Amino acid sequence: MTLSKEKHAELYEAMLRIRRFEETAIDVFSQGKIPGFIHSYIGEEAIAVGVCGALEPTDYITGTHRGHGHCLAKGMRMDRMFAELYGKATGYNKGKGGSMHISDFGCGLLGCNGIVAGGIGLATGAAWGSQYKKDGRVVACFFGDGASNRGSFHEAINMGSIWSLPILYVVEANSWAISLSTSAAINLTHLSERAKSYGIPGADIDGYDVLAVHEAAESAVARARRGEGPTLLVCYAPRIRGHEEGDPQTYRPKGDIKKAKKNDPLPRYRSFLLDNEILDQARLKDIEEGVEAEVKAALKFADESPYPAPEEALDDLFVEGVS
Amino acid sequence: MREITFSEAINEGLREEMARNPMVVTLGEDIAAIGGNFGVTKGLLEEFGPERVKDTPISEDAIVGLSLGASMVGVRPVAEIMFSTFLGCCMEELSNQVGAIRYMNGGQITTPVVIRTCNSLGRSGAAQHSGRNEAWIVHTPGIKVVIPSTPYDAKGLLKTAIRADDPVVFFEHALLYYGAKGPVPEEDYTIPFGVADVKREGDDVTIVAYQMMVHKALEAAEILAEEGIEVEVVDPRTLVPLDVGTIVGSVKKTNRLIIASEECGRAGVNGEIAFRVIEEAFDYLDAPIARVTAANVPVPFSPPLEEFMMPKVEDIVEVAKRLMG
Repeated sequence: MTLSKEKHAELYEAMLRIRRFEETAIDVFSQGKIPGFIHSYIGEEAIAVGVCGALEPTDYITGTHRGHGHCLAKGMRMDRMFAELYGKATGYNKGKGGSMHISDFGCGLLGCNGIVAGGIGLATGAAWGSQYKKDGRVVACFFGDGASNRGSFHEAINMGSIWSLPILYVVEANSWAISLSTSAAINLTHLSERAKSYGIPGADIDGYDVLAVHEAAESAVARARRGEGPTLLVCYAPRIRGHEEGDPQTYRPKGDIKKAKKNDPLPRYRSFLLDNEILDQARLKDIEEGVEAEVKAALKFADESPYPAPEEALDDLFVEGVS
Repeated sequence: MREITFSEAINEGLREEMARNPMVVTLGEDIAAIGGNFGVTKGLLEEFGPERVKDTPISEDAIVGLSLGASMVGVRPVAEIMFSTFLGCCMEELSNQVGAIRYMNGGQITTPVVIRTCNSLGRSGAAQHSGRNEAWIVHTPGIKVVIPSTPYDAKGLLKTAIRADDPVVFFEHALLYYGAKGPVPEEDYTIPFGVADVKREGDDVTIVAYQMMVHKALEAAEILAEEGIEVEVVDPRTLVPLDVGTIVGSVKKTNRLIIASEECGRAGVNGEIAFRVIEEAFDYLDAPIARVTAANVPVPFSPPLEEFMMPKVEDIVEVAKRLMG
C-alpha cells in the first residue's frame, strides 16, 4: 500500500490528537475537573484513525463508552469535546451526555453509546437508511470484543448480512472486558471466525498498526460501497490503561500491561515514519506543536465556558411537547 | 359513514402515510409476505415492494435498533413488535436508546420512529402472549405512548404518530383488531396527541379507561344506567402525553373516579392517573379513588383462571355501586 506523505501526516496527526487529548483528560480528571468517569482510548488510536482515514467525511460512524478516539478521528473539535467532559453548556451535547456520549451528528458521528453493543443496531440501521436512500454512504461501527458477546451484536450483524448493508463492524479487541479476559469469554483464538456465522468476510488485524488497519478498512469500505455487504474487522490492541481511570487492574497477569505498552502504536508509527524517511523531524515537530496548541486552547475554552442553566435539564426531550 | 374494523383502520393509516411520504417504511416479523400475524399489514408488500415492507428475522432488539438508526438518517420506520410481551426482548433499545438518544445528545437529532405492538390479554395466550406492558414505556422518558380503543381513533392517531418527529410506541389490541368495528371517514384526518375523548357523558362517576377497557366501561355504563347511575367514560387515547385536564375536569363534575385498565394493578398507569387527580382535584373527591385492573400474577392459560384474574364488566359495575354508597 502506498500512501501519500500528506496522508501519513494526516494519520499521525489524528493519532496524536487522540493521545494528547486523552492524556490531558486524564490529567484534569485527576484534578477533579471532570465529573463521572473516563474510559481512555490510549493504545487504540490506530483503530479509529485507520478506519476513519478510509472513510469519506459524509460517511457515518458510531462510537462507544470509550469513544473520545472515535470523535476525534471523525474530525470533531477538541474544545467542544473538553467542554462536554466538563459538563459545560458549550459541549457538543450541551452537557447532557458527558464522556461516554459525546457526539456530533453534523460530522457523521451517530452517537457514542454507553451501553456495551448499544451502537451496533443503530449503526446497522443507519446503513439500512443509506441503502434505502441510495446515498452511497458507508457506516463504520466500533465496539469491543466484550460487546461481541451481547445478543444485540448477533441480531444486528445478522440483519446487516442478510440485507447486504454497507457497514464495517470494527471490533476493538482490547483483551479485557473490564476484568474478564477475552480468552475466558470467547471460545475462539481468532475472533474473525465469527464472520463465518454470518456469511461475510472477517479479518484479524494488528490493531496497534495504523497502516494495517487502514488497508483492511479501505478494502472493506470498497466492498460496502459496491453493495456487497458488511465486513467484520477484528483489530487486536490489548488495553494499555485500565477499564476506566482509577482502575488498579489487579486482575491482569504480571507483565501483561508492560507488554502492551511495548507495542504502543504511537512511538511505533513515529519511528516508522522517520526510519522510512516519510516525514522528517521538522515536520513531526510541526504537527506535535500544532496539537499542543490545540489542546491548550481547548482546555481554556472548556474552563472558561459556562455551565448550562439548571432548568435546561428539561429541554431537548421531545420535538413537540415537554415531557 | 362507512364502518371498518380496527385492523383495517391501522392498515389504511399505514398505507396512506406510506403513499404520502416515500421515507416511511415498515418492518417486522411476518409483516410482509403474509401481511402480519394478525393480518394488519396485508397488501402493503404488493403495493410498496420489498424495499419498503420488510420481513425481519426474529430479532426484536435489532428491529428496534435498526429502526432508530434509520430514523437518525432521515428514514421514518414503522416497526412491528408482534406481541407487547416481546417488548421485553428489546427493552434495552427502547429505554436506553429510543427514549434517550435525542436528549443525551442535546437535541441534535430527531428520531421519528414508530413501534407498533399488540396487547392481548383474554385470548388464552398464557403468561408470555398476553401483554399489557404500556406502563413500561410510560415509565421511560422520551417516548410517546398511544393506546387507542376504536378504529377511528386508531387511524387518526397512527397518522399523527407517523408524521411526528418524536418516537412513539403504539399499542394495539389483538381482540380489537376484528372485534371493534366503527365509523371511519374516507378522507384524510389526524387526531392530536394528548387530547382525551369522552366516550360517554354522565354526572355520577368518572371512569378513566383505555383500549379494551373502554368497551368494558361502556358496557358497565349501560348496566349502571338501568340502576340510575350515570357514568362518564373518559378515554385518554394517549398516555404520554396525558390529557390531565379532561380527566380532572370530569372528576370535578362527578366527584368520583374509577380507573380501569388491563395491567397488573401495582405501579401501573392507573396509579399515575390517580396521582394526577389527587394533585389537582383531591378536594373534589367524595369517595376514595378505585381501580379495576388485573391481578398481580402472570397471566394464566386456562380460561376460568384467566377470566378470574382479568378486569371484568361486573367488577366495574360493582365498584361503581360501592362508590355511590
